[in-house]
Amino acid sequence: MQPHDRLREAIFRCGNSGRPAIVAFVTAGYPRRELFRAQLADIAGEADAVEIGVPFTDPMADGLTIQRSSRKALEAGVRLPWILAELEAMNMPPAAPLLLMSYLNPLLAFGFEAFTQHAARVGISAVIVPDLPHEESEPLRAALDAQGIGLVQLVTPVTPPERLAMLCQASRGFVYAVTSAGTTGGGRGLPADVTTYLDRVRAVSPLPVCTGFGIRSADQVAALALHADGIVVGSALVEVLEAGGDPVAFLRSLRPACALT
Amino acid sequence: MQANEDSLAELLAGRYPDACGRFGPFGGRYVPETLMPALERLEAGVRAHLHAADFRAELDRELRDWVGRPTALTHARGLSERWGAEVWLKREDLAHTGAHKINNALGQALLARRLGVSRVIAETGAGQHGVASAAACARVGLSCRVYMGAIDMERQAPNVDRIRRLGADVVPVESGDRTLRAAIDEALRDWVADPEGTYYLLGSVVGPHPYPYLVRELQRVIGDEARQQIEERAGRLPDVIFACVGGGSNAIGLFHAFLGADDVAIFGVEAGGRGLRLGDNAATLATGRPGVLHGCYTMLLHDADGQVQETHSISAGLDYPGVGPEHAFLQMTGRVSYVTASDEDALEALNECCSAEGILPALESAHALAGARSWAREHAGSSLLIGLSGRGDKDMPTLAAHRTRARDAAA
Repeated sequence: MQPHDRLREAIFRCGNSGRPAIVAFVTAGYPRRELFRAQLADIAGEADAVEIGVPFTDPMADGLTIQRSSRKALEAGVRLPWILAELEAMNMPPAAPLLLMSYLNPLLAFGFEAFTQHAARVGISAVIVPDLPHEESEPLRAALDAQGIGLVQLVTPVTPPERLAMLCQASRGFVYAVTSAGTTGGGRGLPADVTTYLDRVRAVSPLPVCTGFGIRSADQVAALALHADGIVVGSALVEVLEAGGDPVAFLRSLRPACALT
Repeated sequence: MQANEDSLAELLAGRYPDACGRFGPFGGRYVPETLMPALERLEAGVRAHLHAADFRAELDRELRDWVGRPTALTHARGLSERWGAEVWLKREDLAHTGAHKINNALGQALLARRLGVSRVIAETGAGQHGVASAAACARVGLSCRVYMGAIDMERQAPNVDRIRRLGADVVPVESGDRTLRAAIDEALRDWVADPEGTYYLLGSVVGPHPYPYLVRELQRVIGDEARQQIEERAGRLPDVIFACVGGGSNAIGLFHAFLGADDVAIFGVEAGGRGLRLGDNAATLATGRPGVLHGCYTMLLHDADGQVQETHSISAGLDYPGVGPEHAFLQMTGRVSYVTASDEDALEALNECCSAEGILPALESAHALAGARSWAREHAGSSLLIGLSGRGDKDMPTLAAHRTRARDAAA
């Protein structure tokens, strides 16, 4: 079983048990660089998978919250090599599958071969690259494939049907269905037709479907529970960290009541 | 070397950008998935309209009657005498709204209308593309919102008022480096939120395919006119051409008509700023490495970890850490040489142009003048064509501040 298969199975297991997987996003080293490993261990203890954000100077797919956390992390000196070294230094790697979210340029600068080898060594199951459309992804995918690491494809409500099918086939680990056109976070609320759209994605996807962008409450999670295998929570979690709150309690509060059994 | 000559031959034969939007290794389309359908629609629109007879006729008529094209080719007698050369200026400063930016803004606004879009967004650095977009949208009947870095709003204040007076919204960008680069990030975020109802009127030969191609095609009128004018007036092609390069749209527009003329040397002049250390300039081609920013693979000013660096130039229009992928390609093939001019060089050249020619050039264009001047010193008697991409009225606050600083330093 490849690392991305383990991620897929972990998400499917949650979906099949009637509660969506919670995929927690954190900007690496935010709000405090020295707490990164401890925080990651805590969050991975509660979430079903963790997406670790590599900060970038020009996060064009991100809203204000993640722009802010990225900038602060960069100011604190958080860079991709540091993140990989921290993960390597963890005594007990988290049981929950780990993903890395990075814009393309930091990966290019690291070198795809070197990056994927490092990533495999520290137990990364999949990678999300928000500015890398499938058409441009061949060189990175080749390097990831060699390590069994997945490249998660994003789909959106404006993705045409043929392209949707192509992206669902090409994805590894899960399919990331963005709830609405726009950047991450924000308080827009979810579009009224989001469940129809998610059902459409699920109908063509051989992989579990996780949805994210703007999800911040247990009510929303409950409303999406029957239409997605997993929920990605990013900006809302980063805001909890920003305010000095307890990320584990917050993630727990998102789980529908039935998950307590 | 042979490989590079073959690559250049491909470009001259019209085969670049290729089907993947690439000029050799440079270019491509690195955007969030949300924008992919929008870019495919734009590409189809460009294919359907850009070279269609009725679109060309409408564009050419507007370029003539509203923009005031063709712009003049001026024999710069004063500079010729001072430099010991024959100096010609292609006067994009005389185009409506005061810079070459209007060629692109008008063309894309007409295209947006044909594509049935009613809302246009644009980014601006020096404010010239903002002014041009606002004016073109007013002319064509589209609503327009302009993203502008907070720092640029301060140093190009006259243009902010012009954009608003022309009926566009100006949105200050307080994120990132608060200059052109952050304005592009913000415009892209706006577009991501409404990819179906919004047209992004990108101002330079940067960004994802098809923008570098689309903007080049709309700017090549500069070089097409200049080549015809200089052949008529001087009876021959110039020995050398100079244009300033930030994103590089005026330079691409001027260069294209001359790329196949082997006897014409071509120079792009980047902003050397305060010096050639990372962070002190915007000399992307002279000092950068390849990377991906704002949707394309191109030369970039970034650190070893791929984090994009803040740039410095006295000229807001050149203050950008990337450059058009076609320039990266032209540098790779060796057909175009890229050099730098410092803030001081540009200021000196600006003052010289004022007193010798009675023309106040934009600080951006002053970089081209500075590059040309140092070349002329070493090549007495040669003939130079310089792209005067815009007028300098917008730079009065910067020039005034600089005079104050110079006076303080002297005191």
